Order: sequence, then structure tokens, then C-alpha cells
Amino acid sequence: MRAFSVLIVGVSPNFVMPGLSGSAGPIYNIITDYAATIVFLCMVIAVIRRLVFKPARYAVPAKYGKAHTADAIFLLSLIAILMVADSLFAAARAAAPLQAGHLVDPLAAFSLPWMLQKALASTSVATLGTIYFAAYLLHELTFYFLLCYRPFGIQFHVETSLFNIYFAKLDREILKPVRYGVSDEHLDQVKSFGVKTFEDFTWKHMLDFYSCADCGRCSDNCPANAVGRPLSPRFLTIKARDYSFQHYSILGSVNNGTALIGGKDSPGIYSEDEIWSCTTCGACEAECPLLVEYIDKIVDLRRGMIDDGNVPQSLQKPLKALESRGNPYGKMEKKKADWANAKEFQQVCRVKTLDKNNGADTLYFVDSITSYDDRMQSIGRATANILNHVGENFGILGAAERDSGHEVRRFGEETLFMALRDHNVDAIQASGVQRIVTADPHAYNALKHDYKDVPPVEHISQLIAREVKAGKIKFNPIPNENSVYAYHDPCYLGRHNQIYDDPRDVLDAIPGMNRVEMTRSRDRSFCCGGGGLMLFYEPKEDQRMGVKRVEMAAEAGANVMVTACPFCMVNIEDAIKVAGLEGKMTAIDLAELVDQQIAREAPEDDLKQIKTENNSVEVERGNSSLRKKSA
Amino acid sequence: MEILVCARRVPDTSENEIQLNRAGNDIERDELVYSINEPDNYAVEEALQIVARTGGTVTVATVGGEDDEEILRREMAMGANQGVLITDDAFSGSDGRGIATILKSFVERGHYDLVLTGVQAEDGGARVGGMLAALLDYPFASLVTSIEVLDGQKLKIAREIEGGNKEISEIDLPCVLSIQTGINEPRYVGMRGIRQVASVPIPTFGASDLGIGACAVGEAAAKVKRVDYFVPALGKGAEILRGTREENIDKVLELVAAKGGLK
Amino acid sequence: MARIFAYIVHKGGVVDDSAFELAAAARKIDPDSSPTALLTGCGPELDAACNSLSASYAEIWKISNEALAYPNAELVRKALLKVLPSNSIVLIAHEHFGIDLAPGLSIKMNATFVSDVLDIAGVDGANLKVIRQEFGGQASTHVHCDVSTGAVVTIRPGAFKPAEVTPGSSTVIDKSNEVGSLSAGRRYLETVVAEAGDVDITKYNVLVSIGRGIQEKDNVAIAQQLADALGAAVSCSRPVVDAKWMEKSRQVGSSGKTVKPKVYLACGISGSFQHLAGIKGSPFLIAINKNPKAPIFQVADVGIVDDILEFLPELTIKVRELHSIAK
Repeated sequence: MRAFSVLIVGVSPNFVMPGLSGSAGPIYNIITDYAATIVFLCMVIAVIRRLVFKPARYAVPAKYGKAHTADAIFLLSLIAILMVADSLFAAARAAAPLQAGHLVDPLAAFSLPWMLQKALASTSVATLGTIYFAAYLLHELTFYFLLCYRPFGIQFHVETSLFNIYFAKLDREILKPVRYGVSDEHLDQVKSFGVKTFEDFTWKHMLDFYSCADCGRCSDNCPANAVGRPLSPRFLTIKARDYSFQHYSILGSVNNGTALIGGKDSPGIYSEDEIWSCTTCGACEAECPLLVEYIDKIVDLRRGMIDDGNVPQSLQKPLKALESRGNPYGKMEKKKADWANAKEFQQVCRVKTLDKNNGADTLYFVDSITSYDDRMQSIGRATANILNHVGENFGILGAAERDSGHEVRRFGEETLFMALRDHNVDAIQASGVQRIVTADPHAYNALKHDYKDVPPVEHISQLIAREVKAGKIKFNPIPNENSVYAYHDPCYLGRHNQIYDDPRDVLDAIPGMNRVEMTRSRDRSFCCGGGGLMLFYEPKEDQRMGVKRVEMAAEAGANVMVTACPFCMVNIEDAIKVAGLEGKMTAIDLAELVDQQIAREAPEDDLKQIKTENNSVEVERGNSSLRKKSA
Repeated sequence: MEILVCARRVPDTSENEIQLNRAGNDIERDELVYSINEPDNYAVEEALQIVARTGGTVTVATVGGEDDEEILRREMAMGANQGVLITDDAFSGSDGRGIATILKSFVERGHYDLVLTGVQAEDGGARVGGMLAALLDYPFASLVTSIEVLDGQKLKIAREIEGGNKEISEIDLPCVLSIQTGINEPRYVGMRGIRQVASVPIPTFGASDLGIGACAVGEAAAKVKRVDYFVPALGKGAEILRGTREENIDKVLELVAAKGGLK
Repeated sequence: MARIFAYIVHKGGVVDDSAFELAAAARKIDPDSSPTALLTGCGPELDAACNSLSASYAEIWKISNEALAYPNAELVRKALLKVLPSNSIVLIAHEHFGIDLAPGLSIKMNATFVSDVLDIAGVDGANLKVIRQEFGGQASTHVHCDVSTGAVVTIRPGAFKPAEVTPGSSTVIDKSNEVGSLSAGRRYLETVVAEAGDVDITKYNVLVSIGRGIQEKDNVAIAQQLADALGAAVSCSRPVVDAKWMEKSRQVGSSGKTVKPKVYLACGISGSFQHLAGIKGSPFLIAINKNPKAPIFQVADVGIVDDILEFLPELTIKVRELHSIAK
């Protein structure tokens, strides 16, 4: 408003903005005086930051081009000049009459205009007049120059950010469909899936490109970037922004349709590895002050690559296995329930496979890795034990269960995902269960957000927390008093679904629990390296994400890492070996820890396990006599 | 360049567990999943890359039945211009030479500059390519790991020989080449691509279309017959160490030292 | 029984080990007769090769022709067709040259073809019964071949124990004149030798060899640490090279290097015959594999069913301890 007042005053000297002629006027002027001062100081600080402190996240690695510092300082300076010009204008305007002895509305004390006015107190009226006029011109020129220049430069976000935030996607958990407005049944008619050229992006994504403030917080928090993978979310946006300026300039012809991802014929602006490197952890989106979306773009770019058959060999095998066997390992469907049917385990906990004759209220959705991986099967057994302990009437789908398809979808294979999903939905509906429980956050996320028409789903940590609060689960104290536990928030439990407290409440309910919090925890948790298909991809990186995470735990003083995701477990256990921390750090899953620590009473039908000194397991059924079994 | 790739549908190597059936005379086939023979897939990818450079078409043919159509569709989804099913009751039970004879008749019906096969299939035979070439009197090379088109008349090829070495030769067109895995990186074929070709018609050719007499092919004409599958009585094999890991390690070190392996 | 011939591959005047295995196979088919060796090539190297077979073959047919200086399957086939009597049985080693030559030869001879034979189960008139494998060695089969019009049989290298040598007289018959001029649609240009790589695995007494079981490139370091502790080198099987976790120069096998160490640790290697074909000299073979049914346990001397990702690091620690104690 002040700016417009100034403008019009140039034409009509005594112009006062309507509404400000009364007492509101001076109050408004005082506010703007301080505002101008603050803005000016901010500009000075910003320039000093750029030139002296040089925050790392502003840096532009050589491969992305030259630094943006010059641009930034130019724009910051322009704003500073604007503030000075405005203040000078106001100062001169106030100084002149004062000299002549008239009363004027006082300028805000210690504001920039006030200080300038004091400086100009003894300047001649004629000079004041020149200054007044010069300040006016400077102000107008700078103001309109900025208005015209900004759309071409890195500060366009000032204008577009308002719209970008207004139109920002609120339900981040729902992935962008292949094409808005096209239902699954009609997808066959869509000619091309995904984003292959710039024009394939939605208008909102293009607005994102213009709205990026280039602050670098996304890349600063991106785990892939931190380990040296080619991905930098900030530059995903900046490169696209530069591309759009180049190809859609105001002067010159439109140059569209160039492929975004580099191939044999054209360099493109993105490399394949850049796009495959993303674990979809969501740290970038959580940090971005302008709510720029990243995951949808990465998924769309991957859809384009899949559509073109441009898939790394390391991913082709698990995808093919998912298609023919419903799991990325290529293992046979009939072996899916083998983890539950191991003879020794069957005697402790009978897990029923749901079918026509066997129903249940609750489905334990196990998913592929927990079913087939030797190490992760113990998470399945621990979860089953817990469900059994709280008296849950549950069952598993067994051979009828396919991979949840969570990563399949996020790696861009939408058609294969739909096939897996439809199969699972049919199986779930046929089983007649009322609710679903899972120990796998990726399956949880898929069942909650990607699947429709399935009963409500819960993560095992939520169930345990509830049962602990209800008193149905009691714990034995932690045996080793030197154990220091750190809880690692899995991305798909924590950041994506805001389940932070339940796992912590569970841990804290265990007597003798000595728990520390890592610096990066909750929504700032650091991704372990990714799950599902990401376990098969061979990225180019300097270090593993898991290793960084394990080092964070060690730094926090922990020697046991607790996690609630089988993929985190794979990555962390692996990282402990690679980081050379074997013997100094161990990892355990939340379900495993709970199962280990549950204080088992012996009501009529419950089974109790007692580990005796020579490690044999005695099984006691109610009041009947002990039967010894060796472990 | 007009390229024909002869492919075969086989039980997938990594997604199956090969076990004997209860009767002990065949493998358990109930829960097998099938896919295109891996070297054949590399051959199709190579053909696609060649025609991308030179122009032309890629035809994929298989001798079999209705079930085998799925691999033709997959390769068409990959980019092959045409799939062809060569099928006839008279063909069943053919041995390698029988299959080669059938394919020879098919090749002679068309005008193909280059015929590709995979080096071998799940039975490790490695025979159809060489036999086909001899029947057609075309030059032949096996275990090919790279192809360079010199002109419309010849190719420069590399073959994989011992020690990781490569044998470079020039070969006249038309010729038959059997392709070794690793020659290229086959592109991905997604479910969507396969759905899109689900209703493309696949022409079939029978014995009479190809002018093949029943006496030349089929079970009766086969001179090589597999009579059963079995698991051989295990020989002595290795002495399996059954101690704890620590005990096993100590034993290993003892043995290695005894054999002169510890410096 | 028809006359049995064995086509012998040779290089630099030295015959391939398979020459003696083919003689053994031939004797198993027909214990009463002695097979005839067939060699093609030219110059003194051919002569040297022929002479080295005198203890295993009573009759050796030599075909010398300039065109055959480098073994070209098509030319060799043309030459053989000129000299082979009808209905012959020809044995060839199942390796890269055999794969090139045998199928086409069988067609031109109008003979039956059976490949990659592991054993002869018997002969019943014109019915030759052999044993083969399918599905990468996971299943074995009995195959019956009608050899009444002859046969071309390729034999898996290493499947037959080399025949006992019987010093005696043997004749080298020069058949070069029967062949005439030779030309083919395929012409040899050159051989590109594999890059030497940083490590020559053929020179090591102890090899720590890794297969698919190593699971990912980063884990190769685990094997390297053990190798360093043992003063050994890390070698690998083909899948490791295909996945680009190690260079081709480290590959042991029929399409890689042939090694003759004293001790061979096969870690996470299933034991495909193509890999085993690269191991000569009967080293002490220790196999470590998670899968108790892995074929490698059939051929190893000592086997351990364990996870190499856990076993090897512990083994490395023990080796280092031993060395520090020794110091």
C-alpha cells in the first residue's frame, strides 16, 4: 500500500490513501516504518549469510552449473535499495517541513526513516527536495524493475508461492493417479503413462518448479543426497525450472517435447540413476517451506521409464518374479506360510491360514519379506505370538497373499501394482475379516492408502500400545542393564503416517528400559535405505544410508537399535556389519523385543516358555506337568 | 534387415524348484511358471537393437502349442513386429533335428537376412541353431556376444571362447547365429505392454502350410528320446562338517594348512 | 558297432585335456575297439599334437590344410565330411568349438545328435543309452539314441576320467589329400585377448571364489579380506561377472579362466559344470553354501552348510589370529 501511495503522490502531492486520512494513517505509517527497517536489516543479514557464512545447502555442486549467489545478492540488494529509497523518501518528506517549523506526524522512533531523517536534519530544503525526488524515482524504478524482473529469476517464488501453497496437495498419503480423472478401468485408453517430457507434468507440478525458493532444505535432508547418490530434490526442481525458462521463454519460439531423462540420443536434464535413487522417504516434502511435492513427480518419472522399458537390469528380475510368483524373490506361493508352519513354532503358537473353513476377525497381513526371508520370519513369529497372547482371533492369507505392491507402485509399475492389489483385495474380502494388522509399515501404508474397500488396518505397534494401556500386556524387566535403546522411526510408520508415540510408549512400558532419542527422530528421522524393490536396486553411492543411521545411533549413546519395519531391520543389521560395529551395536524389531519381554502368566489355555540355564525350552500347559523340549 | 528369432517357452530358471514327481519319471510340473528361454530374450533384444540401427522388422517364432503364445506376446510387447506360432499335432515329440527341420521350412517361406536363436535352452542341448544352419546351408556361429552390421551382405561378430577371450569373425548373410546371455541389457516388458498386445492376432502355421511330411518330424521320426528323469544316487560327495561354526572354522583352517594353503 | 572317432582340439601343439576323456568315453561305448583321433590344422603344431596322442589312440587321422590353421567349424566340418566313413560315431568335447561344430556336422552326416553327455549307460544294438542333465543340473535324464545311421555325441569336459595310457604303437595317417580346397561363409579375423586385469588368478595357490551367494557388490569386500589374510586371490563364477560385481578376469569357468590351485574355497557357488570346468588339477575343494542341496557339495572334498556372509568374516578373524600367534 505504501508503495502505491508513493507512486500516486508523485502525481498528486497531497495524496493520502483512502482510509488512512484519519488516525489510522499515522499508525499505519509507523508500522510500515518499522517494517521497512526490519526488511532492510533482513536483506543485510541475508547478504552477509550468502557471502560470509555460506550455508552448505545453498551450494551448487559443479555438475549443476554455476552458483546462484550472484543472482541472489542482486535481488536481495534490490529489495534493500527499495527499502532505503522508501525510507529516504519518507525521511526527506518529514525533514523538510520540520525545518520550516511545521509539525508533522513523527516517524517511528529508531526506524530507518527516522534515522535518515535525523541525518538529513540540517540539509537545505533545496537539497531535501532533490533527495525527495531522487528517492521517489529510485523507488519507482526499482519497484517496477523488480516486478518485471522477478518472473525471470530465482525470486519468482515470491509471486507464485501464494498460489502454490493455496493449491498444495493436502492428502500427501494418496499417490497421484496415473492421470487425474481417469479411473483404473479406463487406464488402457491412456496412450502414455508417466512423465517423459516436461509437458507431461501437471500444471501444479509446473507451478512447483516456479515456486521453489532454492533454499536447499530438501536436499539438505535428503538421505540419498547425504550418501552421495545422484539425487538432489532441489536440483530436480531447479533443473526443471531452468528448462521451462529456456524452452518457454517470453521471447523466442516454444521448444517442447524434449525427453527429460537422458538417453542415447539426447542428454535430457535428469539421469536415470537420479530418479531411481529416491527411497520415497518424504524428508524433502516435510522440510520444504513452500510445500513443493516431490514423491509424485518421482513416481511419475518412473512410470514414464517403465512405460518405455527403461528399467535397470537389477530391478527387472524382482519385477518379473512379482508378476509370476507374487513376490520379488520368485519363491513359490505355497511356501508363503512356511514361517508359521515350522514344526517347533506350531507347538507354541498355531497360526491358521484363512480359507472357506477357517475364518477369523483379524487378518495378519504378513507381506513378502517377513514371509520368505529367513531372518525376517522371526518378526512374523514374534507378531503371531503377541497376537496370540492378547487373545486375538487372527489368521493369515498364506498362499493367497501376494506382495502388497507398495514399492511396485512407487517404482512406477502401476499395472503390476493393480494386479497385485486386486488379487489381495479379493482374497481379503473373501476371508471376511473385520480388521487387518501388520508389522510391515510398507504394507500398512499400502493397505491404508493405496487399497480401497478393505477393512481398517493397524500397525502392530498401535495394537501393542493399546493392549499395554489396557493392562493386557505386562513386561518383564530388561535383563541387561547396560543396554541403551534407540528407537529408529521407520519412514512409512513415522513421517508418512505420524505414528511416533505408540512405539515409544510400548518401549517405555518395559521396566528397566533405558532409551535415548537420536537427534534425527520422529518426522526428522533418517531413512535406513529403503525397502521393497529398493533392496534390489544397486545405487551409486559413497556410503550406505544404513551406515549413517547406525552411526547416529552410536552417537546418541545407544547400543541397541529398535525398529518397527523389516526393511529397516535388513538395512540396519547389514549396516552394523559394514560399519564395523558388530559386537558394539545390535538391532531388534519392536515385535521381537515385545515378544521377548512379555510377562507370560499361565491362565488355563495359555502356553508359557521358560528359558532354563542350558537353553532348553520347557513348555507348560496350565496346571499340567512340565514337558521338556529342547530348543 | 529382416530378422527372425526362434524362441522357446521353458520353465523359468529362477522361479521354480525342480523336483521329481511322485512317480519318479518326470519332474513335478504342476506349479511351474514359464517364461521365454533367457538366451532367446537376449536374442530378441539384440534383433530389436539391430533394426533400430538398420531398419527392418523382427519376427519371433516358436514351435509349440497355444500355451506358447504367451512368450510371443511378451516379445511383441518388447517391440517385435510379429509373433508366429508354428503348431501341428504332427510336430509333437520331435527331437532337436525335427524342430530344426520344421524351422527350416518356415525360414524358406520368408526372406530373412538373419536368423537368431538362443545358445541353449533348459535342457542344455545347444543344437537347434547349428542344425538349422546346416539344413539351410547358411553359415553359422554359436555363443555370439556381439554383432556389428558391416553392410547388407555381412556381419562382424564376436564369439565367447575360453579364458574370457573373444574370437572375431566375419560372416556372410543370410546366416544363423546362436546368442549368448550378456550380449546386451534387455529392455523391461511391463504388464501394461503385454496387455496392449493381448489381442493382436498371431498367425499359425501347420505341417501342410510349411510342406512338411509327417515322416520327417514328430515322435516317430525322433532319433533321440528322453526316457525319464531321475535324481542320481548321490556319490560320496563332500564330507559335510556338522560342528558349530567355530568348530567348522578350526577344522577348515586345519585342512587348509595341511594342503599347503596357509602361508 | 560303428567306428568311433574322437575330434581332438589342440592349440600350440598341445592337445586339450578332453582328448583323453573322449578316449575313455569311446571305450565305454565300445570296449572292444579303439577309437580313432581326428585332428585338423596345419604345420608342426599339428604334428606335435598328433604325436602326443600315441599312447591313447591306436590310429590318428591328420588333416593338414592352410585354411584350417585356425579352427573354423564350417571348414573343419567340410574337411571331416570328406574323410569320415558313413554311419560313424564322432565324439567331440562339449565346449565352445564343439558347440559350433557338432550340430551342423550331425546334419550333414545325416547322423543322430546328442549333446553334453555325462555318462554312457549302455549300448543295445543300435541304441546308445546316455545320461544327461537338464535344468542347470537339477535333474538327470536317461536318453536313448538311435545310432544306426551314425551319431555325433558331445561329451561334457571332466565327466569322464581320462583313459589309462597304454603305451603301444599308434599310426598317424595323413588324410590331407582327400579334403581338397575349403571355403566357408564365415572367416576368422582375430582373437581379442581378455584384459589382464589387476590380478592373475591363475597364479595363486589358494583361491577364495565367490558366487551369487555373495548377494551384492559391497559384500565382495568380505571375500577380499579373507583372501588378504590367506595370501590368496578372490575369483568368482559367471553370475558375479554378469552382475558387474567383479571383472571378467576373475571368472573361473569354461568361458573364463582355468585355474589349478592347491586349495579352492567355493563360497556361495552352486557348482554349475561350466564353473567347475575351469578348475583343474583336483585341488582341495571346500564348499560353503546356505543351500544343503547345492550341486557343489557333490564335488567338494569338504562342505559346510552356512551363510557365507557370516562364516567368512569369522574365518578371517581366525586366520589373522593364527598369523599373529605364529609371529
